[in-house]
Amino acid sequence: MADAEPIKAIVTPVRLEYDFTAGKAATLFLRGLARKKIIGARSGPGQPVLVPPRGADPRTSELAAEAVEVKDTGTVVTYSIIRVPSENIKFELPYACVNVLLDGAAIGFFHVLQNCPLEDVRIGMRVRAKWVADDKLTTSVSSIEYFEPTGEPDVPYEKLRENT
Amino acid sequence: MRDVGILSFAQSNAKSELRNEVEILLPVVKEAVKASGLARNDIDFTCSGSSDFLQGQPFAFVMALDGVGAWPPIKESHVEMDGAWALYESWVKIQTGEVESALIYSFGKTSPGDLAEVLALQLDPYCVTQLWPDADSVAGIQARLFLERSGRSERDLAEIAVRSLADAKDNPHAVAKGDFDAAKLLSEPYRTSPLRDHDCPTNADGATVMVIASADIARKHGQRPVWIRGIDHRIDPPALGVRDLTRAPSAEIAAGKARVGADKIDFAEIDAPYTHQELILREALGLGDGVRVNPSGGSLCTRTLFSCGLNRIGDAYQRIASGDGDRAVALATAGHCLQQNLVCVLEGE
Repeated sequence: MADAEPIKAIVTPVRLEYDFTAGKAATLFLRGLARKKIIGARSGPGQPVLVPPRGADPRTSELAAEAVEVKDTGTVVTYSIIRVPSENIKFELPYACVNVLLDGAAIGFFHVLQNCPLEDVRIGMRVRAKWVADDKLTTSVSSIEYFEPTGEPDVPYEKLRENT
Repeated sequence: MRDVGILSFAQSNAKSELRNEVEILLPVVKEAVKASGLARNDIDFTCSGSSDFLQGQPFAFVMALDGVGAWPPIKESHVEMDGAWALYESWVKIQTGEVESALIYSFGKTSPGDLAEVLALQLDPYCVTQLWPDADSVAGIQARLFLERSGRSERDLAEIAVRSLADAKDNPHAVAKGDFDAAKLLSEPYRTSPLRDHDCPTNADGATVMVIASADIARKHGQRPVWIRGIDHRIDPPALGVRDLTRAPSAEIAAGKARVGADKIDFAEIDAPYTHQELILREALGLGDGVRVNPSGGSLCTRTLFSCGLNRIGDAYQRIASGDGDRAVALATAGHCLQQNLVCVLEGE
């Protein structure tokens, strides 16, 4: 035994399958995407619209169950340039991921930016969702292929302060 | 020791939930906070128990905070354990004098994954998990050893199931309930012998919330104060081969530390997911045959994982608060074959 080569590592694969239940709020959102609509939710009139909705308004912990459609245009509130590959992402490196404040929403929406030179990406830039072809729309956030610049004038930083 | 009282308790259990964790939790939090008589912002500490492995979603326990009231920022903590252990942490926090009140919550969705496989991850990762023994099989090994050692029979186990299912009829939160006949149950096939379906827990999705506070606040509450007179938790080795599976020494030690035997026990709420485990825990807690166990129907009828231990404590609290008994013991368990146990003694004033 003393001469035995010590075992330094073993491989024990773990694979678990789950049936994800989206819940009421995320169901509204996901069904909207299949109809080319971005649906958020709020806890009542005048309350912030949360996209994607997760069930509650985290500031008040009130149920946020009222569906509200927001626009598929918005403003970049922050971004990052990605230089490392990721197994599930098909975009050519480097690319920008962006947090977009969709028109009508109160919180940022995470996605990828394309059709824009990286040196031009900036906070305040106006962007629009590029949807997949109608026959490819599904109940998934991948129904939006990416965001791209609209060419509209930038939104001044002061107007975005709450969200940056 | 500072006296700590339970102010309120609320729970939700369902066979299979289509709501997400936040949506399940939110109304339960509201119910418990309202019943506590405290404003949400007046509760000093928040502590939760859950496991992301159940729903297969990383940081699900952080997302759950959306439904709990975390703004303005709160003092908050989480244990990867049943909510009963979050209660323990909160009780310690009150003992230190750092806080006077705490909101404890837990939630578990057993329906999204294959629970038997998920629970295999609690076993030794090098030598046991790779065999993927499902939880019912592991429990079957324990049940076989226990029947051999104790001389108890499968009929005794069936009678525990019949009694629990009948008691659960009075519990609006119980998932499995009804009138059954032991002889008929014994004619059913084995699931993992010597266990049949009726010996194994009915799993559920749900959430649990409890509010506790130090004596001054608890006395102002108006209701009959219910005090945590003793609380302790202990752990046995996880490896199945190194301990006597027919006993629960950790429960026995915790029961001693929590002073279960110091006075008469009117009833017990025991988190025993499998029928034979009730008998092992009865022994460990030193409960005589006359002590009523699980008037709620227990975790056999409603196993909302990560909540059902705290539910036993909460069910005992509600029974005492309503005047149905003065002193009770509640037990929460975790791991396979009763590996970790928490014992809590409750007393009404």
